[in-house]
Amino acid sequence: MAQFSLPQNSKVGEGQTHKAAPGAKRVKAFKVYRWNPDDGQNPVMDTFEIDLDKCGPMVLDAIIKIKNEIDSSLTFRRSCREGICGSCAMNIDGTNTLACLKPIAEIEGDVRIHPLPHMPVVKDLVPDLSMPYAQLRSIEPWLQAETPPPPDAERLQSREERAELDGLWECILCFCCSTACPSYWWNGDRYLGPAVLLQAYRWIADSRDEATGKRLDALEDPFKLYRCHTIMNCTQTCPKSLNPAQAIGRIRQLMLERLG
Amino acid sequence: MKDVREALMIGRNSEGKLVRRPLSPFMLGDAYRFQISSLTSILHRITGAALGAGTILLALWLVCAVSGDEAFSIIQAFFASWVGLALLFLFTLALFYHFCNGLRHLAWDAGKGFDLPTMHRTGTLVFVGAIVLTAVFWVIAFLVW
Repeated sequence: MAQFSLPQNSKVGEGQTHKAAPGAKRVKAFKVYRWNPDDGQNPVMDTFEIDLDKCGPMVLDAIIKIKNEIDSSLTFRRSCREGICGSCAMNIDGTNTLACLKPIAEIEGDVRIHPLPHMPVVKDLVPDLSMPYAQLRSIEPWLQAETPPPPDAERLQSREERAELDGLWECILCFCCSTACPSYWWNGDRYLGPAVLLQAYRWIADSRDEATGKRLDALEDPFKLYRCHTIMNCTQTCPKSLNPAQAIGRIRQLMLERLG
Repeated sequence: MKDVREALMIGRNSEGKLVRRPLSPFMLGDAYRFQISSLTSILHRITGAALGAGTILLALWLVCAVSGDEAFSIIQAFFASWVGLALLFLFTLALFYHFCNGLRHLAWDAGKGFDLPTMHRTGTLVFVGAIVLTAVFWVIAFLVW
């Protein structure tokens, strides 16, 4: 059901402020969401003042600097630092994106950093993504075919058939889009969300996959697919510039077409 | 949350004791920036609800019209008052906004206009269109009146 405010235990208070070293010229304040399962307190926003002259250009550089030099207990996911692993997805300056791809210079004023929205928090900036992962499993994201593969070759596609997958295969499953979607916030228990629906379409659109009918049957449901109201926050926020809203639109058109 | 996600709100601390996890901030405007995507969408809902309420006023006007001269003159006087005119103005604004954004939804349902530049352009057009149509409507209305 629609929920418009945070539960009592999730309301965010003011935390500590860590001042920049005296003499720092280009100081930027990073306000970072903190929650520690061990202290029994509500979440707080800690403020870290960073000297940009001694920090890399991206938001991820700043939070790694905070962890290295100011507070080693700051917890977040990161791996590749170049936008391909999807680990450092978080809410930065009011929109979801990858910290490694977000230049600090693009943000006016203080840099506010939250975990991905409307998710259970494991610690600090780490959300529990079990729900979207389970939903991804539910759409069976692998190639399914009755026809046996050729004995001495791969299953082939024409260039045109392969081009159908462009804009779909690039998804890195960071879930920036799903957690930017108000429908997913409010109906995420039954609505699959843009990331998982884009994956569903990736297999529907694959010329080698022979389970299209079954896949569409599985999505024919008032919630799984049709809770998308074309709000377009997903496409607006995708750090890989993909278009989940369009993929959802294509699935709906296929649903209509097969009705004849 | 009162659904299956509730199970994920339970975690463990370092000593293995069960703790209740917080829900991360999410609300539009506060934690999530309003963008043209969410703004046009939420306004579509609000104007839709307003049109539903406005239609009751329209029905009331019709009921008064068939109830006789006295009732009709009361409702006419109400709609001619500042409050009545303001309500009618807001009703037409909501109507034209909902109509313009409805065309946008129609295009999306036909599989068109999903790319970001088009989405931003049509979103801006909806605001311009709603204001222009409302203005034209009221200029004509006052000329006829």
